[in-house]
Amino acid sequence: MIHFVLHDKADSVAVVVVEGVKAGMKLKGWIMDEDKMTSVTARQDIPIGHKVALRKMAVGDTVIKYGIDMGKVVKPIAPGEHAHVHNIKTKRW
Amino acid sequence: MSVISKKTTFLGYRRENGRVGVRNHVIILPLDDLSNAAAEAVAHNIKGTMAIPHPYGRLQFGADLDLHFRTLIGAGCNPNVAAVVVIGIEDGWTKKVVDGIAATGKPVVGFGIEGHGDHDTIMRASKAAREFVQWASEKQREKCNIRELWVSTKCGESDTTSGCGANPTVGNAFDKLHALGTYLLFGETSEITGGEQIVASRCKTPAVAERFMFMFNRYQDMINRHKTTDLSESQPTKGNIAGGLTTIEEKALGNIQKIGKSCTVDGVLDKAEAPTHPGLWFMDSSSAAAEMVTLCAAAGYVVHFFPTGQGNVIGNPIVPVIKICANPRTVRLMSEHIDVDSSGLLQREITLDQAGDQLLECMLRTANGRLTAAEALGHREFVLTRLFESA
Repeated sequence: MIHFVLHDKADSVAVVVVEGVKAGMKLKGWIMDEDKMTSVTARQDIPIGHKVALRKMAVGDTVIKYGIDMGKVVKPIAPGEHAHVHNIKTKRW
Repeated sequence: MSVISKKTTFLGYRRENGRVGVRNHVIILPLDDLSNAAAEAVAHNIKGTMAIPHPYGRLQFGADLDLHFRTLIGAGCNPNVAAVVVIGIEDGWTKKVVDGIAATGKPVVGFGIEGHGDHDTIMRASKAAREFVQWASEKQREKCNIRELWVSTKCGESDTTSGCGANPTVGNAFDKLHALGTYLLFGETSEITGGEQIVASRCKTPAVAERFMFMFNRYQDMINRHKTTDLSESQPTKGNIAGGLTTIEEKALGNIQKIGKSCTVDGVLDKAEAPTHPGLWFMDSSSAAAEMVTLCAAAGYVVHFFPTGQGNVIGNPIVPVIKICANPRTVRLMSEHIDVDSSGLLQREITLDQAGDQLLECMLRTANGRLTAAEALGHREFVLTRLFESA
């Protein structure tokens, strides 16, 4: 069972691809570009399609997905936390 | 080895100008909002024809009017259309659309309502539509090479599974089609924000890259002129955010997975313009699903790849829209809308190459005549892009 996927090993967030991820679950992840596995423990319930943080991030940090800048951190994020609009915003517009 | 090669054929309808369609529609095309009632009455009278109602066409001017004509004429010229009856409130602009479509050599006739009224117009237009549909019903499909199949793409109600599953599936299929010398199209100008340098770097020549960046910056200027927020909930949409997409950059990086890994961007089009040579074209366009697919139809594309994450249900009256989805929850809850399930990609049950081939197989079956989910469900969204207010 793959719980989450990421595109690039540099990514600081990954996508949950199964339903029913609950706080405390140890999640198995697939790094698609390298075809390698990784893991993280969920600190919160995370819906399918939503992102789990893979590393600690501070306000102002750049969030990396696809190996590329996808926005900035606006509230501190710990590994295993739900990463979404409550703690990440666009740098555009 | 891929399911397609230079020798792959499909059964299509060859039109008078040599282009190949995969559907054989006789359409009743209103020039303007006022003519919808007559157009729908004709389509009700004459079985096998289809009205394409829309809300615009009055007091438009300048570039916005040019786009209106280009879109209606392009839709009528599309090789999925066998013949066209145009109905407008008056004769002048009606004739302009008729003349534009007649250049393809296909049967087309127009009727103006003023001085006649709906009853007389509906009667005369119905007589013409009856002749056209009986004529079209005798057209036979013939073997055509895959290079003659024009394929466009645009995604909708995307979520994060779009960027890691459904969009790369389209990208894999586009890489294989591009290698054969087909005509391909993508667009969604605002939805490249954050990935524009990647697209620019994929352009075949510096001139193409310059034209792409001109279109990109023109759209950014429009957004900056009108925005009141950072566009969150509009772009990305509420549905995108519910599906887990957080920023426009994240959405854009997923979006551009649709142009694959090896194909180059070979040319740039303005809205509803037709391409002039094979290859992958970028069209400046809205990211709203029905607007963009309508522009693809107007540009002459005959099959559309539409990846979705949260389950956009769009179709188009002229172009069959093939839905691809990699979100297992959406595939389970909205299965009647999904043509290709690529959710196996995210559990490593299938490879990207296999997912691309599944889509290409579905494309060939659709081209040969199999109805897509959107066609079977009656989705016929035809939405004209407006550039500014009417006079």
